[in-house]
Amino acid sequence: MHPAPSIIIFTVLSGLGFGMMTWLGLGATATEGPEALTLCAIAIALVAAGLLSSLFHLGHPERFLKALTQWRSSWLSREGIASIATIATFMLFSGLWGVFSIRSAALGTLTALLALTTVFCTAMIYAQMKTVPRWHSPLTPVTFLLAAVAGGAVPFAKHLAPWLLLLLGTGLVIDALRGHLAFQRSGTTLASATGLAPGRRPRLLAPPHTGSNYLMREMVYTAGRTNAPLLFGAGLVLAVLIPALVLLSLQTGPAVAIFATVSHTAGVIVLRYLFFAQAEHVVGLYYGRHGEKI
Amino acid sequence: MTSLPATTERSLGLVIDLDTCVGCHACVTACKEWNTSAYGAPLSDDDPYGAAPSGTFLNRVHTFEYTGEDGTPKVVHFPKSCLHCADAPCVTVCPTGASLKRVEDGIVLVNEDDCIGCGLCAWACPYGAREMDQAAGIMKKCTLCVDRIDNRNLPEQDRIPACVRTCPTGARHFGDLADPESSVSQLVEKRNGFDLMPEQGTAPVNKYLPPRRNEEISILAPLLDPVTDGAGGFLGWLDRALNRL
Repeated sequence: MHPAPSIIIFTVLSGLGFGMMTWLGLGATATEGPEALTLCAIAIALVAAGLLSSLFHLGHPERFLKALTQWRSSWLSREGIASIATIATFMLFSGLWGVFSIRSAALGTLTALLALTTVFCTAMIYAQMKTVPRWHSPLTPVTFLLAAVAGGAVPFAKHLAPWLLLLLGTGLVIDALRGHLAFQRSGTTLASATGLAPGRRPRLLAPPHTGSNYLMREMVYTAGRTNAPLLFGAGLVLAVLIPALVLLSLQTGPAVAIFATVSHTAGVIVLRYLFFAQAEHVVGLYYGRHGEKI
Repeated sequence: MTSLPATTERSLGLVIDLDTCVGCHACVTACKEWNTSAYGAPLSDDDPYGAAPSGTFLNRVHTFEYTGEDGTPKVVHFPKSCLHCADAPCVTVCPTGASLKRVEDGIVLVNEDDCIGCGLCAWACPYGAREMDQAAGIMKKCTLCVDRIDNRNLPEQDRIPACVRTCPTGARHFGDLADPESSVSQLVEKRNGFDLMPEQGTAPVNKYLPPRRNEEISILAPLLDPVTDGAGGFLGWLDRALNRL
């Protein structure tokens, strides 16, 4: 799948922002006043930047309000509604907290629940795709939720954060091992795609056109896969190992928290790039991918 | 609503004969011509006369090769457009309600005024039947030529999809696949029509007819036999006379 920068930025920044909202809602820091407002503003800014970035992905961003109507069937629609509900609840919570020093446990818990629901909806957009076997797994929402919960804990340098990061790393490794074989296990082959029996060794003789097309650019994307193991390792080191070690070994302070957060975010960007770049869509079979080459 | 109807009154669709298709791409051209000038946004082309032309098409013909039962290579031309699935995953993922499956005839359509161009329906389709128009920023797909099949301004023989109307070998058939008595259903029954990617669970309406095996190919064979053993009349006399020399 084409790793569109707007979607990578969206899922990474909004995931981190919603993770921070979760921990702020659950009372991760004891701060009050301007400091509390600043932390809340950072979380809101991350989510807002992510959502704005996702709008750039659309052909008609001005019609985005229509996307809130089909929550009965569409995970994308549910994600839109959940994200707006989360931001509204969190703004009320942070206003009461930062300005009036009233920390409402009920509003905070509701924020946390809504934020995690939003991340779950985001992940389900990918996990529901039977056409992309690598994504079509319960591990997709698990890793998205772990990334949000672990990433959201890093800025607060809580004792729990390094262990959540290691849990995230474990989840990502298990998911990568599963994903590696997912296409083969899906049972979709050129034989099932064309009805030509597998024993007859069907293969592409001529593509439908000599140039490229939308489908090939969007779903038959193959660039950047050769160095995937190297990138995956680098992503794990940046997203999990460095912040976990830093948080475990150094005294906590703003500088340490910022360094760990930046390293974690950079790593998640690399891993999210791979999430798209390594995902293979079954339509590639019609264009000679995954099959016997001539 | 992007929820799918439980049942449709009819299931209009295509039956494509892989045995008869010669890969001339006339259906591709007819589809592009009709759909760029009629219903909805035109099918744009990017750099059409340049080095890297690319454009929106609702129907494309792939060509595959396979090994026949006698070990010889066989070629199959494979036209592919929207299969108007009964359980269409492209419809339910749509966040705006722009994608829909019509209750009266089962045709899967995009309401272009509601489409935000998110591209999710194209991801959900295993067949690559939906293409985002790069100029219009909205999703385009086969409509089974809704503006032809119900169009009373056209002569009756033209009230079928443009691809079916133009196919010079009769490899494309259009009809109601929910009616077991329809000609398309009979064709599927007699020729063992099959679904593409049945394991994806999309329940496609369009069916494909497999290439015939060698021993089945007897339609043209009698025509290849010599018509007569010997010519008569003047030419026959000339032939015999020259042979005697």
